Amino acid sequence: MRRLIPAALFCALLSATARGDEPIRLDVVDYAIPKSLTGAPGNADAGKKVFLTRTLGNCLACHQVSALKSEEFHGEFGPSLDGVATRYNTAQLRLIVADPKRIFTDTVMPAFYKNDGLNRVRPEFAGKPVLTAAQVEDVVAFLETLK
Amino acid sequence: MSIRYGSLAVLATAALTLSAMAVFGQEAERKGIPAPPGHVFKTIISGYQFRTKETRALQDDDLENPGFLAVERAADMWKTVDGSEGKSCMSCHGEAETTMKGVGAAMPKWSEKLNKPVNLEQQINICRTEHMKAQPWAFKSKELTDMTTFIRFQSRGMPVAVKTDGPMSPWFEKGKEIYYTRVGQLDLACASCHEKNNGKFMRADFLSQGQTNGFPTYRLRDQRLIPLHERFEGCMFDVRGVPYKPLSDEFLALELYVAWRGIGLPVETPSVRN
Repeated sequence: MRRLIPAALFCALLSATARGDEPIRLDVVDYAIPKSLTGAPGNADAGKKVFLTRTLGNCLACHQVSALKSEEFHGEFGPSLDGVATRYNTAQLRLIVADPKRIFTDTVMPAFYKNDGLNRVRPEFAGKPVLTAAQVEDVVAFLETLK
Repeated sequence: MSIRYGSLAVLATAALTLSAMAVFGQEAERKGIPAPPGHVFKTIISGYQFRTKETRALQDDDLENPGFLAVERAADMWKTVDGSEGKSCMSCHGEAETTMKGVGAAMPKWSEKLNKPVNLEQQINICRTEHMKAQPWAFKSKELTDMTTFIRFQSRGMPVAVKTDGPMSPWFEKGKEIYYTRVGQLDLACASCHEKNNGKFMRADFLSQGQTNGFPTYRLRDQRLIPLHERFEGCMFDVRGVPYKPLSDEFLALELYVAWRGIGLPVETPSVRN
């Protein structure tokens, strides 16, 4: 009986994790997400870190940003992000980061806040988005500084 | 203040233009071969053309190219008896320099007996188990990669010439489907990088057309020869996908299809890449 309790607890924990992996539903209005994913504004400094970190946003792998000139190796896959905040508003930027294929159907850019409808995802990433909601908000706040 | 920003913008634009020109300059240097009608590319370009002068020089010098250590090791193994039949490769095939010429350029090839295509690694192990009665070599083992490199080297300079019609055609279609299917958390297909974006700078590297004419290839990053299916695995893993198994039907189909995408390119084995 004593042995059963930890086992039952473990199972409960596992199923709780599974429940945490419910498909993300984005609140898209007119090719944009007007509401913050966390209900709060993001932090641009934290967003810059997420933007640069290779295991998180890794955005420079594909994009160029003049403001980040001190960083090496800006990629050429995607457009330059200089002045991106003058081309898109916050709500549009949020959707572009979260799930860009909803706007640019042919883009190779990954969705950073999507956790279903993907193919052969490695088990450690299955059911999880690339970034958390808070990280997406932080990246959006950083993009807002690129005027 | 606005003047300052204005001049900064001009400078930034000038810098971007300059770097774009540098890229175009390199592109202009990338020599390829004209693709046959109905091909996906206009010009088929070897991965060699996307590498630095230094890396190319290392490949071009047979004494310096580290891949030649494998060629030498396998040349000895070719003559070495193994298995209960008391045979070496040479017992049946004679001098590799003549009998193996062109073999590696035409793989994967249809096997009537197995009713499926086989690649070079598989054919080597078929010879070992059936004719030499020796143990098959494991995929990624030094022995199998060395021998694959050695046999492919006998076709160096010859055009990649896989057959994709007849019984191969469903395998070709399967490989094509895999090539264009997005996988992993990052949701990328082979085509996302190697068809749509080849020639562009991705982080610290130029994306190539993903041609296979140099495999097995000596990767500077790994300091060893990498067989093709290990490279396929690496790509799928890096996009956070579950790779197919090396020597699986899926990778065989993909190997066939990607070989066709490089049809006519000279075999470069052992090539040197990043």
